[in-house]
Amino acid sequence: MKRAAVVKRVALNGAGLLVALFAAFPVYWMISTSLKPNREIFSTTPRPVPANPTLEHYREILTGDLIPGVTFVDFFLNSVLVAAATVLLSGLVALLAATAVARFRFRLRTSFLIMLLVVQMIPLEALVIPLFLMIQRLGLYNTLPSLILTYLGFSLPFAVWMLRGFVAAVPKELEEAAAIDGASRAQTFRRILFPLVAPGLVATSIFSFITAWNELIFALTFINDQDRYTLPVAMTFFFGRDDTAWGSVMAASTLLTVPVIIFFVLVQRRMVSGLVAGAVKG
Amino acid sequence: MTTLTEAPEASAARETPARRRRPVDRLPYLLLLPCLVIIAVLLLWPLGQVVTMSFFKLDNVRQLRGDREWPWVGLANYTEILGDPFFHTVLRNTVLFALANVLLTMVLGTLVGLLLNRLSARMATFVGTCVMLAWATPALTGAIVWKWIFDDTSGLVTWLFNALPDGLSTALFGRADWTGYGWFNSPLLFFAILTLVVVWHSFPFIAVSVLAGLKSVPSELHEAARVDGAGPWKVFWKVTFPLLRPVFGILIVLSTIWDFKVFTQQFALAGGTQDRTTYMLSIYSYASAFSPPPKYGLGAAIAVILTLILLVVTGFYVRMVLRQEES
Repeated sequence: MKRAAVVKRVALNGAGLLVALFAAFPVYWMISTSLKPNREIFSTTPRPVPANPTLEHYREILTGDLIPGVTFVDFFLNSVLVAAATVLLSGLVALLAATAVARFRFRLRTSFLIMLLVVQMIPLEALVIPLFLMIQRLGLYNTLPSLILTYLGFSLPFAVWMLRGFVAAVPKELEEAAAIDGASRAQTFRRILFPLVAPGLVATSIFSFITAWNELIFALTFINDQDRYTLPVAMTFFFGRDDTAWGSVMAASTLLTVPVIIFFVLVQRRMVSGLVAGAVKG
Repeated sequence: MTTLTEAPEASAARETPARRRRPVDRLPYLLLLPCLVIIAVLLLWPLGQVVTMSFFKLDNVRQLRGDREWPWVGLANYTEILGDPFFHTVLRNTVLFALANVLLTMVLGTLVGLLLNRLSARMATFVGTCVMLAWATPALTGAIVWKWIFDDTSGLVTWLFNALPDGLSTALFGRADWTGYGWFNSPLLFFAILTLVVVWHSFPFIAVSVLAGLKSVPSELHEAARVDGAGPWKVFWKVTFPLLRPVFGILIVLSTIWDFKVFTQQFALAGGTQDRTTYMLSIYSYASAFSPPPKYGLGAAIAVILTLILLVVTGFYVRMVLRQEES
């Protein structure tokens, strides 16, 4: 009986290790390749660990010109700018809407919530063509604001959906007490609600950030000049060639991926509760 | 924001007898306004516009800017697509791909969720963290790394196959030397690798959700079933699955929606939109519209068809979520 239990434990742990290997290996391989010198990368017998670790690929992409006159740093800054603007705008608008939904009972409230759910399911890929038309009409083609605007629309529904939970979790009594003490609505919002919702706002912002940071299709379509590329577009540009410089590609991939992984781990719990809304009862 | 100060205090007003006659509070509507405007302009208007565009012949950017007129062609774009055998191939590929990916993602995700629930706390944390890495990796870089793993000269998979004993390799696959083998050249192999990449990226969400569901189910039920002599297969189908049915419902619908519109991984693995044999609906729509010569109307019609398919799936999703919010 005891032996059976041991066998079972070993089997479970073995399966666990296999899953861990499958899930984490590509990420490990990306980082590992980015640290190998070219002769190790392009050998026919790959080494699991870099024998002579080097930062040459990082130096290459950070200092050298990927495309004449444009370095990796430019793409990085473009991406940071677009993501930061998206996060700020989306956070502000979502907070207002979430407060309305979580704090007030009004007609159309349920309709609004249903609409939020439905618009999250719109295949964004299907909107490239009409949004391209809109960007052309607005004269925003080939500008970073075209992307900020687009990502604002994409991240907003989920941000409201997620934030409404955080606003609802703040005890209403606190605001009522403040109101009795003579605080105006604006003061109550600023002094009571906002500080208490701030952590939720951070979590929500991270999702908006990831949306904007990872997006490829719209950036590919709306931006023409190479010095305005965001990171993902730049990646497809210099990795699509025949003689792919895998060391540099992996170094660039690592720099694109690591911020997302860090942010993601911080907020992943909220993601499950946000998406499986109400399905799991605690 | 200035209106906040002007509005009456809601809580104080509630105490007064004049409550019934209180005018409608406009504040919630004002708070919602920016959000509604943005959703209307950036999501709903384009959604209507894509339908409109699908009825016109649009093959020049100047038409989009409004400098040239739009010739109305009625359903011509739709008849052109629906009469094109290539569209039927693409549609078939998309549906088969989505079905295979939903099935594999759900099975693998559920198994990993069940496994995480049985592991010791320390081991579960370790495996969970590794699983999180796959989930957190952006779709684009994930696909690029897999493409490197399948590189035809220095890729890990090429090396693995080369490491097989020559006799075995020849007996199984008819070749011993895999250097230079184009892993992405045959459509079937391409879709198989794309499936691997997509399942790798999407099973963590299923696993973590299933785990969250399992944690909310009292473990006594499982123990009771096991004491009664039920095997793991039976325990799952008789106890776990019925209890988590709502979770599974939503997960299946979400996966279906996601897998129907895979774009980024496909684009990265195929290295662009040149290879028509690997098309699925979303990339077909995109390539029709933007690859020269541009056909925005035709691309819009394909996008409408994709949206209609997903609309049906979304209907199920909304019904499920609403039912759960009610109960």
